[in-house]
Amino acid sequence: MSKAALFIPLAAFILLAFVLGAGFFLEDPHRLPSVLVGKPLPQFKLADVKDLERWVTSEDLLGEVTLLNVWATWCPSCVAEHQQLLKIAREGTVRLVGVNYNDDVAKAQQWLLKLGDPYWVTLADTQGKLGIDLGVYGAPETFLMDASGVIHFRHVGAVTDEIWQNTLRPMVLEFKQNGSQGE
Amino acid sequence: MDHKANRVSPVALLVHKYSRRVHVKRSSLLLILTSLLLAGPAVAAIDSYEFPDDASRQRYQVLVEELRCPQCLNTNLAGSDAMIAKDLRREIHRLVLEGMSDADIREFMYQRYGDFILYRPRVKAGTLLLWFGPVLILAIAIWVFVRYVFSRGRAESAALTLDDESRLKQLLDQSPSQPSPSQKK
Repeated sequence: MSKAALFIPLAAFILLAFVLGAGFFLEDPHRLPSVLVGKPLPQFKLADVKDLERWVTSEDLLGEVTLLNVWATWCPSCVAEHQQLLKIAREGTVRLVGVNYNDDVAKAQQWLLKLGDPYWVTLADTQGKLGIDLGVYGAPETFLMDASGVIHFRHVGAVTDEIWQNTLRPMVLEFKQNGSQGE
Repeated sequence: MDHKANRVSPVALLVHKYSRRVHVKRSSLLLILTSLLLAGPAVAAIDSYEFPDDASRQRYQVLVEELRCPQCLNTNLAGSDAMIAKDLRREIHRLVLEGMSDADIREFMYQRYGDFILYRPRVKAGTLLLWFGPVLILAIAIWVFVRYVFSRGRAESAALTLDDESRLKQLLDQSPSQPSPSQKK
Protein backbone atom coordinates (compact mmCIF):
# COMPACT_ATOMS: atom_id res chain seq x y z
CA MET A 1 0.00 0.00 0.00
CA SER A 2 1.48 3.33 -1.03
CA LYS A 3 1.91 6.23 1.37
CA ALA A 4 -0.39 8.33 -0.81
CA ALA A 5 -3.24 6.11 0.35
CA LEU A 6 -2.78 7.56 3.85
CA PHE A 7 -4.25 10.81 2.55
CA ILE A 8 -7.53 9.20 1.52
CA PRO A 9 -9.25 9.87 4.89
CA LEU A 10 -8.08 13.50 4.87
CA ALA A 11 -9.28 13.94 1.29
CA ALA A 12 -12.63 12.38 2.20
CA PHE A 13 -12.94 14.74 5.17
CA ILE A 14 -12.16 17.82 3.07
CA LEU A 15 -14.66 16.69 0.45
CA LEU A 16 -17.39 16.20 3.07
CA ALA A 17 -16.61 19.54 4.68
CA PHE A 18 -16.95 21.25 1.30
CA VAL A 19 -20.17 19.47 0.35
CA LEU A 20 -21.82 20.21 3.71
CA GLY A 21 -20.32 23.69 3.87
CA ALA A 22 -21.71 24.54 0.42
CA GLY A 23 -25.18 24.23 1.97
CA PHE A 24 -24.55 27.49 3.81
CA PHE A 25 -23.94 29.39 0.59
CA LEU A 26 -26.34 27.76 -1.85
CA GLU A 27 -29.33 29.50 -0.36
CA ASP A 28 -30.12 32.18 2.16
CA PRO A 29 -29.82 30.48 5.56
CA HIS A 30 -32.57 32.76 6.86
CA ARG A 31 -34.99 31.34 4.31
CA LEU A 32 -37.56 29.12 5.93
CA PRO A 33 -39.46 27.22 3.25
CA SER A 34 -43.14 26.87 4.04
CA VAL A 35 -44.19 23.38 4.99
CA LEU A 36 -47.75 24.42 4.23
CA VAL A 37 -47.39 24.66 0.45
CA GLY A 38 -49.63 22.00 -1.08
CA LYS A 39 -51.58 21.56 2.13
CA PRO A 40 -55.05 22.82 3.04
CA LEU A 41 -55.65 25.95 5.06
CA PRO A 42 -55.46 25.12 8.80
CA GLN A 43 -58.75 24.95 10.70
CA PHE A 44 -59.61 28.03 12.74
CA LYS A 45 -62.43 29.98 14.31
CA LEU A 46 -61.57 33.62 14.90
CA ALA A 47 -63.44 36.88 15.47
CA ASP A 48 -63.87 39.47 12.74
CA VAL A 49 -61.75 42.53 13.63
CA LYS A 50 -64.50 44.86 12.43
CA ASP A 51 -67.26 43.00 14.25
CA LEU A 52 -65.92 41.10 17.25
CA GLU A 53 -69.27 39.39 17.78
CA ARG A 54 -68.96 37.64 14.46
CA TRP A 55 -66.97 34.41 14.19
CA VAL A 56 -65.22 33.44 11.00
CA THR A 57 -64.12 29.85 10.36
CA SER A 58 -61.72 28.38 7.83
CA GLU A 59 -64.70 26.97 5.90
CA ASP A 60 -65.99 30.52 5.34
CA LEU A 61 -62.92 31.30 3.22
CA LEU A 62 -63.37 28.42 0.79
CA GLY A 63 -64.83 28.79 -2.67
CA GLU A 64 -62.66 31.57 -3.99
CA VAL A 65 -59.00 32.15 -4.80
CA THR A 66 -57.72 34.16 -1.84
CA LEU A 67 -54.64 36.11 -0.79
CA LEU A 68 -54.24 35.63 2.95
CA ASN A 69 -52.22 38.54 4.28
CA VAL A 70 -50.71 38.36 7.78
CA TRP A 71 -50.20 41.86 9.17
CA ALA A 72 -49.91 43.82 12.40
CA THR A 73 -49.89 47.45 13.47
CA TRP A 74 -46.47 46.96 15.11
CA CYS A 75 -44.93 45.91 11.82
CA PRO A 76 -43.21 48.78 9.98
CA SER A 77 -43.13 47.21 6.53
CA CYS A 78 -46.87 46.52 6.78
CA VAL A 79 -47.50 50.27 6.40
CA ALA A 80 -45.78 50.35 3.04
CA GLU A 81 -47.37 47.08 2.01
CA HIS A 82 -50.82 48.39 2.86
CA GLN A 83 -50.80 50.81 -0.08
CA GLN A 84 -50.00 47.96 -2.43
CA LEU A 85 -52.78 45.83 -0.93
CA LEU A 86 -55.26 48.67 -1.43
CA LYS A 87 -54.15 48.81 -5.05
CA ILE A 88 -54.65 45.06 -5.46
CA ALA A 89 -58.09 45.34 -3.85
CA ARG A 90 -59.04 48.11 -6.28
CA GLU A 91 -57.93 45.97 -9.19
CA GLY A 92 -60.36 43.30 -7.95
CA THR A 93 -58.48 40.31 -9.40
CA VAL A 94 -58.33 38.46 -6.11
CA ARG A 95 -60.07 38.42 -2.75
CA LEU A 96 -57.91 39.61 0.16
CA VAL A 97 -58.28 38.25 3.66
CA GLY A 98 -56.34 39.83 6.50
CA VAL A 99 -54.93 38.05 9.52
CA ASN A 100 -54.27 40.60 12.23
CA TYR A 101 -51.40 38.81 13.93
CA ASN A 102 -50.40 39.17 17.59
CA ASP A 103 -51.97 42.57 17.77
CA ASP A 104 -54.27 44.82 19.72
CA VAL A 105 -57.72 44.72 18.08
CA ALA A 106 -58.49 48.36 18.88
CA LYS A 107 -55.28 49.43 17.15
CA ALA A 108 -56.11 47.21 14.19
CA GLN A 109 -59.55 48.78 13.87
CA GLN A 110 -57.95 52.26 13.97
CA TRP A 111 -55.47 51.24 11.30
CA LEU A 112 -58.19 50.02 8.93
CA LEU A 113 -60.24 53.18 9.49
CA LYS A 114 -57.29 55.49 8.91
CA LEU A 115 -55.45 53.74 6.08
CA GLY A 116 -58.38 52.07 4.33
CA ASP A 117 -59.53 48.46 4.31
CA PRO A 118 -58.51 46.24 1.40
CA TYR A 119 -59.74 43.08 3.10
CA TRP A 120 -62.90 41.06 2.53
CA VAL A 121 -62.59 40.15 6.18
CA THR A 122 -59.85 40.57 8.79
CA LEU A 123 -59.36 37.86 11.38
CA ALA A 124 -58.39 38.78 14.93
CA ASP A 125 -55.50 36.41 15.66
CA THR A 126 -54.63 38.16 18.92
CA GLN A 127 -52.73 35.16 20.34
CA GLY A 128 -50.93 34.35 17.11
CA LYS A 129 -52.40 30.83 17.10
CA LEU A 130 -53.44 30.84 13.45
CA GLY A 131 -50.02 32.35 12.80
CA ILE A 132 -48.36 29.30 14.37
CA ASP A 133 -50.61 26.95 12.40
CA LEU A 134 -49.61 28.78 9.23
CA GLY A 135 -45.93 28.56 10.17
CA VAL A 136 -45.70 32.34 10.32
CA TYR A 137 -42.64 33.73 12.10
CA GLY A 138 -43.05 37.43 11.50
CA ALA A 139 -45.16 39.96 9.67
CA PRO A 140 -45.94 40.60 6.91
CA GLU A 141 -46.41 37.23 5.27
CA THR A 142 -48.78 36.43 2.44
CA PHE A 143 -50.29 33.11 1.41
CA LEU A 144 -52.04 32.31 -1.83
CA MET A 145 -54.75 29.67 -1.66
CA ASP A 146 -57.00 28.29 -4.35
CA ALA A 147 -60.79 27.98 -4.20
CA SER A 148 -60.57 24.58 -2.49
CA GLY A 149 -58.44 26.05 0.29
CA VAL A 150 -55.11 24.51 -0.70
CA ILE A 151 -52.17 26.83 -0.10
CA HIS A 152 -49.90 27.17 -3.12
CA PHE A 153 -47.47 29.93 -2.29
CA ARG A 154 -46.06 31.79 0.66
CA HIS A 155 -44.31 35.14 0.45
CA VAL A 156 -42.30 36.39 3.42
CA GLY A 157 -41.99 40.17 3.66
CA ALA A 158 -43.97 42.98 2.09
CA VAL A 159 -45.84 42.37 -1.16
CA THR A 160 -44.43 44.86 -3.63
CA ASP A 161 -45.85 45.82 -7.00
CA GLU A 162 -43.13 43.73 -8.62
CA ILE A 163 -44.05 40.60 -6.63
CA TRP A 164 -47.72 41.17 -7.36
CA GLN A 165 -47.25 41.66 -11.10
CA ASN A 166 -44.61 38.98 -11.68
CA THR A 167 -45.47 36.25 -9.19
CA LEU A 168 -48.81 36.50 -7.44
CA ARG A 169 -51.03 37.86 -10.21
CA PRO A 170 -50.10 35.18 -12.78
CA MET A 171 -50.74 32.48 -10.16
CA VAL A 172 -54.08 33.99 -9.20
CA LEU A 173 -55.18 34.06 -12.84
CA GLU A 174 -54.03 30.47 -13.31
CA PHE A 175 -55.98 29.20 -10.30
CA LYS A 176 -59.07 31.13 -11.35
CA GLN A 177 -58.81 29.53 -14.79
CA ASN A 178 -58.41 26.05 -13.31
CA GLY A 179 -61.29 26.61 -10.92
CA SER A 180 -63.75 27.69 -13.61
CA GLN A 181 -62.73 24.73 -15.79
CA GLY A 182 -63.47 22.33 -12.96
CA GLU A 183 -67.00 23.64 -12.49
CA MET B 1 -7.03 47.80 47.65
CA ASP B 2 -8.16 44.23 47.13
CA HIS B 3 -11.23 44.81 49.23
CA LYS B 4 -12.25 47.85 47.24
CA ALA B 5 -11.73 46.04 43.96
CA ASN B 6 -14.10 43.29 45.00
CA ARG B 7 -16.99 45.70 44.94
CA VAL B 8 -16.60 46.79 41.32
CA SER B 9 -17.94 44.66 38.50
CA PRO B 10 -16.04 41.45 37.69
CA VAL B 11 -15.30 42.71 34.20
CA ALA B 12 -13.79 45.90 35.53
CA LEU B 13 -11.80 43.75 37.89
CA LEU B 14 -10.39 41.73 35.04
CA VAL B 15 -9.52 44.91 33.20
CA HIS B 16 -7.71 46.12 36.31
CA LYS B 17 -5.90 42.84 36.57
CA TYR B 18 -4.56 43.09 33.09
CA SER B 19 -3.70 46.72 33.33
CA ARG B 20 -1.56 45.66 36.32
CA ARG B 21 -2.93 48.34 38.58
CA VAL B 22 -4.56 45.98 41.07
CA HIS B 23 -3.21 42.71 42.21
CA VAL B 24 -5.87 39.99 42.25
CA LYS B 25 -5.25 36.62 43.76
CA ARG B 26 -5.34 33.83 41.28
CA SER B 27 -8.02 31.98 43.25
CA SER B 28 -10.40 34.95 43.23
CA LEU B 29 -9.81 35.44 39.52
CA LEU B 30 -10.73 31.80 39.00
CA LEU B 31 -13.84 32.31 41.10
CA ILE B 32 -14.87 35.29 38.99
CA LEU B 33 -14.32 33.44 35.74
CA THR B 34 -16.30 30.47 37.02
CA SER B 35 -19.19 32.68 38.11
CA LEU B 36 -19.16 34.39 34.71
CA LEU B 37 -19.41 30.99 33.04
CA LEU B 38 -22.28 29.95 35.29
CA ALA B 39 -24.07 33.25 34.67
CA GLY B 40 -24.42 32.44 30.95
CA PRO B 41 -27.57 30.29 30.87
CA ALA B 42 -29.34 32.51 33.41
CA VAL B 43 -29.40 35.36 30.88
CA ALA B 44 -31.82 33.45 28.62
CA ALA B 45 -35.45 34.55 28.47
CA ILE B 46 -37.49 33.49 31.47
CA ASP B 47 -41.23 32.95 31.36
CA SER B 48 -43.11 32.25 34.54
CA TYR B 49 -44.93 29.15 33.44
CA GLU B 50 -46.50 26.91 36.03
CA PHE B 51 -46.16 23.15 35.84
CA PRO B 52 -48.01 20.53 37.87
CA ASP B 53 -44.84 18.51 38.42
CA ASP B 54 -41.08 18.60 37.89
CA ALA B 55 -41.22 16.01 35.11
CA SER B 56 -43.29 18.24 32.81
CA ARG B 57 -41.17 21.27 33.71
CA GLN B 58 -38.13 19.23 32.72
CA ARG B 59 -39.77 18.21 29.44
CA TYR B 60 -40.66 21.81 28.63
CA GLN B 61 -37.11 22.90 29.36
CA VAL B 62 -35.60 20.23 27.11
CA LEU B 63 -37.98 21.08 24.26
CA VAL B 64 -37.42 24.84 24.32
CA GLU B 65 -33.69 24.23 24.37
CA GLU B 66 -33.79 21.71 21.55
CA LEU B 67 -36.02 23.66 19.14
CA ARG B 68 -34.70 26.55 17.12
CA CYS B 69 -36.29 29.98 17.02
CA PRO B 70 -37.70 30.37 13.46
CA GLN B 71 -36.75 34.02 13.30
CA CYS B 72 -33.19 33.65 14.50
CA LEU B 73 -30.35 31.75 12.91
CA ASN B 74 -28.48 30.61 15.95
CA THR B 75 -30.76 30.76 18.96
CA ASN B 76 -33.04 28.19 20.44
CA LEU B 77 -36.54 28.98 21.68
CA ALA B 78 -35.27 29.21 25.24
CA GLY B 79 -32.73 31.87 24.43
CA SER B 80 -34.73 34.15 22.16
CA ASP B 81 -36.75 37.25 22.92
CA ALA B 82 -38.39 37.26 19.48
CA MET B 83 -42.18 37.39 19.50
CA ILE B 84 -42.46 34.08 17.67
CA ALA B 85 -40.18 32.39 20.24
CA LYS B 86 -42.43 33.63 23.05
CA ASP B 87 -45.50 32.36 21.21
CA LEU B 88 -43.93 28.98 20.61
CA ARG B 89 -42.81 28.68 24.23
CA ARG B 90 -46.39 29.40 25.29
CA GLU B 91 -47.60 26.81 22.79
CA ILE B 92 -45.14 24.17 24.03
CA HIS B 93 -46.21 24.88 27.61
CA ARG B 94 -49.84 24.36 26.58
CA LEU B 95 -49.07 21.15 24.70
CA VAL B 96 -47.02 19.75 27.60
CA LEU B 97 -49.92 20.44 29.96
CA GLU B 98 -52.31 18.82 27.51
CA GLY B 99 -50.26 15.66 27.91
CA MET B 100 -48.79 15.54 24.41
CA SER B 101 -45.65 13.41 24.17
CA ASP B 102 -42.27 14.94 23.30
CA ALA B 103 -42.32 13.23 19.91
CA ASP B 104 -45.79 14.63 19.17
CA ILE B 105 -44.74 18.15 20.13
CA ARG B 106 -41.68 17.91 17.87
CA GLU B 107 -43.96 16.66 15.10
CA PHE B 108 -46.40 19.55 15.76
CA MET B 109 -43.57 22.04 15.30
CA TYR B 110 -42.16 20.18 12.31
CA GLN B 111 -45.58 20.26 10.59
CA ARG B 112 -45.56 24.04 10.84
CA TYR B 113 -41.95 25.15 10.59
CA GLY B 114 -40.23 22.24 8.87
CA ASP B 115 -36.58 21.24 9.16
CA PHE B 116 -35.57 24.73 10.21
CA ILE B 117 -36.98 24.38 13.71
CA LEU B 118 -35.13 21.16 14.52
CA TYR B 119 -31.61 21.56 15.83
CA ARG B 120 -31.37 17.78 15.61
CA PRO B 121 -32.18 17.11 11.95
CA ARG B 122 -34.27 14.12 11.00
CA VAL B 123 -32.64 11.16 9.31
CA LYS B 124 -33.78 11.26 5.69
CA ALA B 125 -32.28 11.24 2.19
CA GLY B 126 -31.19 14.88 2.40
CA THR B 127 -29.49 14.49 5.77
CA LEU B 128 -27.82 11.08 5.30
CA LEU B 129 -24.47 12.66 4.51
CA LEU B 130 -24.74 14.90 7.55
CA TRP B 131 -25.59 12.03 9.86
CA PHE B 132 -23.37 9.29 8.51
CA GLY B 133 -20.64 11.19 6.60
CA PRO B 134 -18.36 11.36 9.66
CA VAL B 135 -18.94 7.65 10.41
CA LEU B 136 -18.10 6.89 6.79
CA ILE B 137 -14.88 8.88 7.05
CA LEU B 138 -13.98 7.07 10.27
CA ALA B 139 -14.59 3.72 8.53
CA ILE B 140 -12.39 4.79 5.60
CA ALA B 141 -9.70 5.95 8.01
CA ILE B 142 -9.76 2.65 9.94
CA TRP B 143 -9.64 0.67 6.71
CA VAL B 144 -6.69 2.69 5.38
CA PHE B 145 -4.94 2.44 8.74
CA VAL B 146 -5.41 -1.34 8.98
CA ARG B 147 -4.30 -1.85 5.40
CA TYR B 148 -1.27 0.37 5.94
CA VAL B 149 -0.19 -1.33 9.18
CA PHE B 150 -0.81 -4.75 7.68
CA SER B 151 1.24 -4.11 4.54
CA ARG B 152 4.06 -2.52 6.57
CA GLY B 153 4.01 -5.42 9.01
CA ARG B 154 4.34 -7.88 6.16
CA ALA B 155 7.24 -5.97 4.61
CA GLU B 156 9.02 -5.73 7.97
CA SER B 157 8.56 -9.39 8.83
CA ALA B 158 9.92 -10.30 5.42
CA ALA B 159 12.96 -8.10 6.07
CA LEU B 160 13.43 -9.72 9.47
CA THR B 161 13.34 -13.15 7.97
CA LEU B 162 16.15 -12.16 5.66
CA ASP B 163 18.02 -10.68 8.57
CA ASP B 164 17.45 -13.79 10.66
CA GLU B 165 18.64 -15.96 7.85
CA SER B 166 21.96 -14.15 7.56
CA ARG B 167 22.40 -14.22 11.31
CA LEU B 168 21.60 -17.90 11.38
CA LYS B 169 24.16 -18.47 8.73
CA GLN B 170 26.66 -16.44 10.70
CA LEU B 171 25.90 -18.40 13.86
CA LEU B 172 26.25 -21.66 12.06
CA ASP B 173 29.64 -20.56 10.80
CA GLN B 174 30.78 -19.73 14.33
CA SER B 175 32.12 -22.34 16.71
CA PRO B 176 29.43 -24.05 18.83
CA SER B 177 31.39 -23.25 22.07
CA GLN B 178 30.62 -19.53 21.75
CA PRO B 179 26.84 -18.97 21.68
CA SER B 180 25.70 -15.49 20.81
CA PRO B 181 23.59 -13.67 23.43
CA SER B 182 20.63 -13.49 21.10
CA GLN B 183 20.52 -17.26 20.98
CA LYS B 184 19.55 -17.48 24.66
CA LYS B 185 16.13 -16.33 23.71
